[in-house]
Amino acid sequence: MNHATRADKFLLDADRTTWHDETLWFVREKRDRAVYAVPEFQELRELASGIKDHTLSRLDLYLREFEAAAQANGVHVHWAADAAEHNAIILDIIRQQGATRIVKSKSMLTEECHLNPYLIKHGIEVVDTDLGERIIQFREEAPSHIVLPAIHLKKEDVGETFHIHLGTEKGESDPQRLTEAARQHLRAKFLAGQVAISGVNFAVAETGGVVVCTNEGNADLGVNLAAVHIACMGIEKIIPRLTDLGVFTRLLARSATGQPVTTYTSHFTKPLPGREMHIVIVDNGRTQQLGRPDFRASLKCIRCGACMNTCPVYRRSGGHSYDFTVPGPIGAILSPNIDMKKHSSLPFASTLCGSCTDVCPVKIDIHTQLYKWRQVLGEANEIPASKKWSMKFMGRVLASTRVYGLGGQFARRALRLLPHSLTHAKSMNAWAVARELPEAPRQSFREWYAKQPQPVSSPPQPKVPA
Amino acid sequence: MKVALFVPCYIDQFYPQVGVATLQLLEKLGVTAHFPAQQTCCGQPLANSGCEHDALPIYKHFVETFRDYDYVVAPSGSCVYHVRKHFDKLDQTADVQHVRGSAYDLIDFISTVLKVEALPGAFPHKVGLHLSCHGQRGLHQANESEMTPVRDGQLRRLLASLDGIELTNLNRNDECCGFGGTFCVSEAAISARMGQDRVADHVLNGTQVLTGSDMSCLMHLEGIVRRARLPIKVMHAAEILNGLTA
Repeated sequence: MNHATRADKFLLDADRTTWHDETLWFVREKRDRAVYAVPEFQELRELASGIKDHTLSRLDLYLREFEAAAQANGVHVHWAADAAEHNAIILDIIRQQGATRIVKSKSMLTEECHLNPYLIKHGIEVVDTDLGERIIQFREEAPSHIVLPAIHLKKEDVGETFHIHLGTEKGESDPQRLTEAARQHLRAKFLAGQVAISGVNFAVAETGGVVVCTNEGNADLGVNLAAVHIACMGIEKIIPRLTDLGVFTRLLARSATGQPVTTYTSHFTKPLPGREMHIVIVDNGRTQQLGRPDFRASLKCIRCGACMNTCPVYRRSGGHSYDFTVPGPIGAILSPNIDMKKHSSLPFASTLCGSCTDVCPVKIDIHTQLYKWRQVLGEANEIPASKKWSMKFMGRVLASTRVYGLGGQFARRALRLLPHSLTHAKSMNAWAVARELPEAPRQSFREWYAKQPQPVSSPPQPKVPA
Repeated sequence: MKVALFVPCYIDQFYPQVGVATLQLLEKLGVTAHFPAQQTCCGQPLANSGCEHDALPIYKHFVETFRDYDYVVAPSGSCVYHVRKHFDKLDQTADVQHVRGSAYDLIDFISTVLKVEALPGAFPHKVGLHLSCHGQRGLHQANESEMTPVRDGQLRRLLASLDGIELTNLNRNDECCGFGGTFCVSEAAISARMGQDRVADHVLNGTQVLTGSDMSCLMHLEGIVRRARLPIKVMHAAEILNGLTA
């Protein structure tokens, strides 16, 4: 199944599509207002982009600096080449503690590694403590957005879910009451948590510390109550110095939700006496992406989700239509690196309007990379055969003035003569499902031009080839 | 100044009047543009479909056609953007570099090269301006809502100079219309929905004439307007600026 097929399903519910589009557009507008209020915002983007480019250019050195600094702080540092290693390392740490109850705050990396099902399979209870994450965990769904994981759900959907899982009254849809029910439920889980797993927004090479940005404070509560903290990070989360952090925290929340800063920006540097802190540093395909010059810059992503909120396709197809951990435009340039065949339709799920590139706080050239992935997929024969052959045919036609002219005449005549029911048959013409074709004129521009008196100024003489 | 007119393939075949208006408008501004008859297309439909390799002969044909002119002017920012940005796939000979640098969208040419900021004439209608992404974000012909709340741009200024015109204040000033080249058929449902949403914004805010400088977006929006039988007329900006009445 490709993106278009999944999008078709989403679009069947027109009212819900409107609601989804407007909800995310509201976030985009909030982001705009926050951005307009900072006169130096574009300079901040430039700076952030430069810091990320620099860091990626010597990532190995910064990762080792980070490891040494973290170890000096008494933190255990683990390296995982892929998702399987990441999951095994975490299970190992949990088992060494004899723990069975895990609280987890938001981490797209653990989603990417499918950590939850892995731990559950091994008899571990893992509770997502971010409200949106907890909702979709109850529903056994994947997040549909990296910052707003349950944005595809309405409050009535949440009410239904909580009625089943938390025993709230049937039909309850008051956000305040539903949140209170989740709060009471999660409090018990927090208090019982033995190991806390968190993601990482930024890892500072110079200090060996990690920074986690949340709005609910759930990472702090989980980590401070549990005896052991495991922070999971991709290798690209590194920034060189603590002084660089301010550039990113000023950009992150404004780009994500239009807030000046996330409610909590928590620094975790060393464990309390008698406690343990682990950091798992994961590659899982990132080195491969780093080795692709055209796509390297995708690793600059700070996971703000602004490209999703602005994307007119994402807003009308929903996050699940991408069928990848990270949906939207950024997901469409990250996913082919992981599995080119499976995700071959994603770089085509875009009009290349470029809005994603313009909101990206670290200036990733997202729409250019979408275009470039299309070429890679075309070369690798990962585009539909019908498209490939029609494009080859079109290439022949358009490279020849004569063939093009004749073809145009034929097509226009056919459009004029054939009945509307045939030219607009929905089964054969995807254009005509919702649109009329242009009315075919009797003569093309070139036919008209040929009949005009020659222009006053004569055309330039062709150069004589050297 | 030797100026060539590039009339993109779909305009040539379906909207000859836009080519005519472009030619006549340039003539009024003192520029006699020549239409080299061997021209076909910029190759964008193939390249956007992932078949850049198959487009290379079209690129070469384009460069050969237009290399002897000082400027190549087209009533379509998207094609111009493609020539400027994606002809980097060709060996960068002097001809290729020259053609890439001399390709201009009509409105950009009028504003930047001819430095014309106002035009005579009247157009007493409520006009909705559709900003095409490739002209706006790609060629920087208009401000972007991602950067600034100020709605300004080359075409907006030219249109505003006409007597009696009123520009529609859209809820979403620069959201993509959903055409997207082959996207319009490979992701037909989303493409249509995006177009319907764009048109609805115009209907809501009172647009009588919907215009823009890129005929490809307008072809898609016109298809939606006509299917829904809405009382909106779709015209290329060249037709309005050339003095055509609605």
